Amino acid sequence: MITEEVIREHNLSDEEYARIQEILGREPNLVELGIFSAMWSEHCSYKSSRIHLKKFPTTGPRVIQGPGENAGVVDIGGGLAVAFKMESHNHPSFIEPYQGAATGVGGILRDVFTMGARPMASLNSLRFGRLDAPRMKHLVDGVVRGIAGYGNCIGIPTLGGETTFHKGYDGNILVNVMNVGIVPSDRIFLGRAEGAGNPVVYVGSKTGRDGIHGATMASEEFAADEASQKRPTVQVGDPFTEKLLMEACLELFRTDAVVGIQDMGAAGLTSSSFEMAGRAGSGVEIDLSKVPVRETGMTPYEIMLSESQERMLLVARRDRLDEVLAIFHKWELDAVEIGRVTDSGRVVLFFEGRIVADLPAAPLSDRAPVYDRPRTPLAPGAGPFRWREEPEPPDYAACLKQILASPNVAEKSWIWTQYDHMVQSNTVQRPGGDAAVMRVKGTTKGIAMKSDVNPFFCAFDPYRGGAIAVAEAARSIAATGARPVAITDCLNFGNPEKPEVMAQFEAAVRGIADACRALEVPVVSGNVSLYNETDGRAIPPTPTVGMVGLMEDVGKHVRVAFRRAGDLVAVLGDTRDELGASEFLRTVRGRDEGPCPEVDLDAEKRLVDLLATLAERGIVASMHDVSDGGLAVALAECAMQGGLGATLSLEPGVRMSAFLFGETTGRAVVSFAPEHEAAARALAKEKGVPFAAAGWVGGDRLTISAGSRAVIDEPVATLTELWRTAFARALESADVL
Amino acid sequence: MKVEVRVYPKEGVLDPQGKAIAAALGRLGHQAVRDVRAGKVFFIDVAGADAKAAEADARRMAEELLANTVIEGFDVKVVS
Amino acid sequence: MRFGIVVFPGSNCDEDCHHVAKDLLGCEADYIWHHDTDLKGADAVILPGGFAYGDYLRAGALARFSPVMESVAAFAKKGGPVLGICNGFQVLLEAGLLPGAMQINRGLRYVCRDVTMRVENDATPFTSLYSKGSLVTMPIGHMEGNYTAPPETLDLLERDGRVVFRYCDREGRPTDAANPNGAARNIAGICNREGNVVGLMPHPDRCAEALLGNDAGVKMFASAVAAMAAR
Repeated sequence: MITEEVIREHNLSDEEYARIQEILGREPNLVELGIFSAMWSEHCSYKSSRIHLKKFPTTGPRVIQGPGENAGVVDIGGGLAVAFKMESHNHPSFIEPYQGAATGVGGILRDVFTMGARPMASLNSLRFGRLDAPRMKHLVDGVVRGIAGYGNCIGIPTLGGETTFHKGYDGNILVNVMNVGIVPSDRIFLGRAEGAGNPVVYVGSKTGRDGIHGATMASEEFAADEASQKRPTVQVGDPFTEKLLMEACLELFRTDAVVGIQDMGAAGLTSSSFEMAGRAGSGVEIDLSKVPVRETGMTPYEIMLSESQERMLLVARRDRLDEVLAIFHKWELDAVEIGRVTDSGRVVLFFEGRIVADLPAAPLSDRAPVYDRPRTPLAPGAGPFRWREEPEPPDYAACLKQILASPNVAEKSWIWTQYDHMVQSNTVQRPGGDAAVMRVKGTTKGIAMKSDVNPFFCAFDPYRGGAIAVAEAARSIAATGARPVAITDCLNFGNPEKPEVMAQFEAAVRGIADACRALEVPVVSGNVSLYNETDGRAIPPTPTVGMVGLMEDVGKHVRVAFRRAGDLVAVLGDTRDELGASEFLRTVRGRDEGPCPEVDLDAEKRLVDLLATLAERGIVASMHDVSDGGLAVALAECAMQGGLGATLSLEPGVRMSAFLFGETTGRAVVSFAPEHEAAARALAKEKGVPFAAAGWVGGDRLTISAGSRAVIDEPVATLTELWRTAFARALESADVL
Repeated sequence: MKVEVRVYPKEGVLDPQGKAIAAALGRLGHQAVRDVRAGKVFFIDVAGADAKAAEADARRMAEELLANTVIEGFDVKVVS
Repeated sequence: MRFGIVVFPGSNCDEDCHHVAKDLLGCEADYIWHHDTDLKGADAVILPGGFAYGDYLRAGALARFSPVMESVAAFAKKGGPVLGICNGFQVLLEAGLLPGAMQINRGLRYVCRDVTMRVENDATPFTSLYSKGSLVTMPIGHMEGNYTAPPETLDLLERDGRVVFRYCDREGRPTDAANPNGAARNIAGICNREGNVVGLMPHPDRCAEALLGNDAGVKMFASAVAAMAAR
């Protein structure tokens, strides 16, 4: 009996329930209600975000598969394509960090290998609260171990990412994981249940009661004490089984025996069966009694809504079923025919000989509710901005040291040495560079990857923050010598039912869309994570962008580190009088204050083109994007990574603190041999990018002068020691195991 | 029959895990902790009703697989 | 020259080893599935890195029971060169083809980074192209690389020159700070009494090309090729 209370427990509104009755022409039973609840959850239906996501440009000459499938796919030439996607596992990671993060990695890998691609590299974008907030060190430790535990075991390198800390994440951490795989461009597999009469096959781990209603959990806010009570819905990952599943699927894809395949991710068997039938315009009949189960007495409701990990649903060619089963059995995995494709347009579920659900396939997604939720106008320009009237700090070197030691800027090797970033032997640029770079075996090509967003910018101006996320990712990709190709995204926000949160979301999406158009990088896949709130406090808007770039000759990749004494250093791009939302204000002045820096997308595009061309023509020895911490930090990173000093002299043109530590966009630092100076200068002029010769590489001190005054003069070794050890020291008392 | 097999680091073998746990307990204020050794317990369900045979069987399992006898000791207990 | 590369279901460096043997050195290289017992005429056998059977119990603990290991043991007994890298080394220890055992790293964390090692034995079929006392840099990537054995076994290994690589600092000193995992006497790699079975934790397969920033590891594979040619 479906009561008011049961409807509420399934997070359905009265209007939504009325729509269900209208679609069915009758009352749903409990199994059917559970299915609607999962499919119409925010997580699966994108009901609050869908109308805004339409603004993204999703096409382009390289796009093979845009949004809507398990992952996006872009052509990289030579008969190869790259499949990639980013996804969030925020709520599960806050409840149980190890398993939450681990299963996040598992899920994104399945999204990529179901497309037919071999996963080649993972990235992650992590947001934590202050390290002294309750449970925070435990969360950092658990998330990092979870990502490591899963990725290392399955043998997919974790090549990079970003980690930031801010009080805005004290109650809701973010774990966004991205994976990039390579697939022959003519052998891409989709999640479609085509061909009436073809068998529907369940493969992978057995189904247990884990994660029931995980998708609806990801669509609710927490109350503070709930984190501990919700533990039973957390899924446990088994990377070894996933490895078997991945190898078996990749072996299967080399045959022509499979018609369509989809991961059983959020909402498990429900979303995979309905989406596969819905996309193909077909129907399926499934006998739930045949689903391999791990526990006794599981009901049809539980089987349909379980989120047990490492499972797939696939449709095989009728005459090739034995071949499909044989491959999975070779890898010692369960593979069971549980139903068949029909042309009825309905998903019909049987259990122990009777029908337990009979629903139309397409309307579950086509007629899912879509909301244009109310938004309040944003006021990004509103001050006050105290930094504009503040006296300059007395000691710039002390400021630099303070920033280098802040958890946001300090080197994160404590994190990435726990990740296997070298397995598969394709890693050209290890973690710590502007973007990760891997070579593509059997070709001369390289793929650059970067996840990026500055949530502090977004907090003051979500439109600009969204645009800058794309611009900064493109700049980082170009600084390795690659050219941006496409992005995926993971849009993390608070409760969309609040008008101010919805306004942030809309603005950030618009910012990303505008930047993607300006830089000609389409959006090919993505994910939305809403309700990141605890006790009514939302996270800062965090629209993470995951970008992939391509270089034709990976041998020409460029690194951050200064390479040779005697090389010349130049700063590309103009510095504006901007200190708002900077690490300097947060760390040195101890406050969050705007405004968000400006962004000039045309200038960004010219800079990206310049950086990639400088690398392609072999003009530069090193390149580094200027971002967190500003120009002084960027120069220090080039010096510290290279183990070489530099003597630099520049005309600030703005207040000194803004010149050294402001986070004006559209800038980079490059170094080159003296004989290339004319070529570098001429190319910058041709591309329309301001070029300022700054000095030379050499010695063991970093010396930055403005006019005739040395404002920073420090031994590189001192800075390096600070930068390398600060993060581990901050975590020191984190108890392990 | 329910059999429990405990596997633990041999006396004299350094146990990094136990050491870390001991240090953590100290930091939490358990000042009396002098040493911790961390091991594993296996709960095994064996068919049959002969306790002696079950114990002997479990002993072989420990030697063959559950323990690495280079560094680990074990003991076996028939629970029911 | 033909390399046989053993593939357990959870091996994940099998392709890396295959790439070095075949694409970089131009040798024949076959994958040998763990259920098989036929080594396909291999001149040298490699047990690659990974997580053989998930390694949930202990690294390498289940792998030693797989059918292929009997063939590997027989091959080794006849003097065939066998190299265990990382998880392959752990499997060789569990299988008793090399003495000692692995414990969890003393830092209790997985560690992936470059280490410096001193070559202690250049007479094995996998180290003949290095020279004794020279320093090599290779990456590690493991959770259980903390090598341990009873003191008398360690003494025996030292006496017979069976320590093949030792972690050291950039001056070649085997200091505690240079030891990434707590291994007894800074041991990174060892061999059996006859010298034909070698195991090490670092990954020569991950540093065999200049494009990836380091080609110091290719000599381990090339040494085997030279050893076979000399036979």
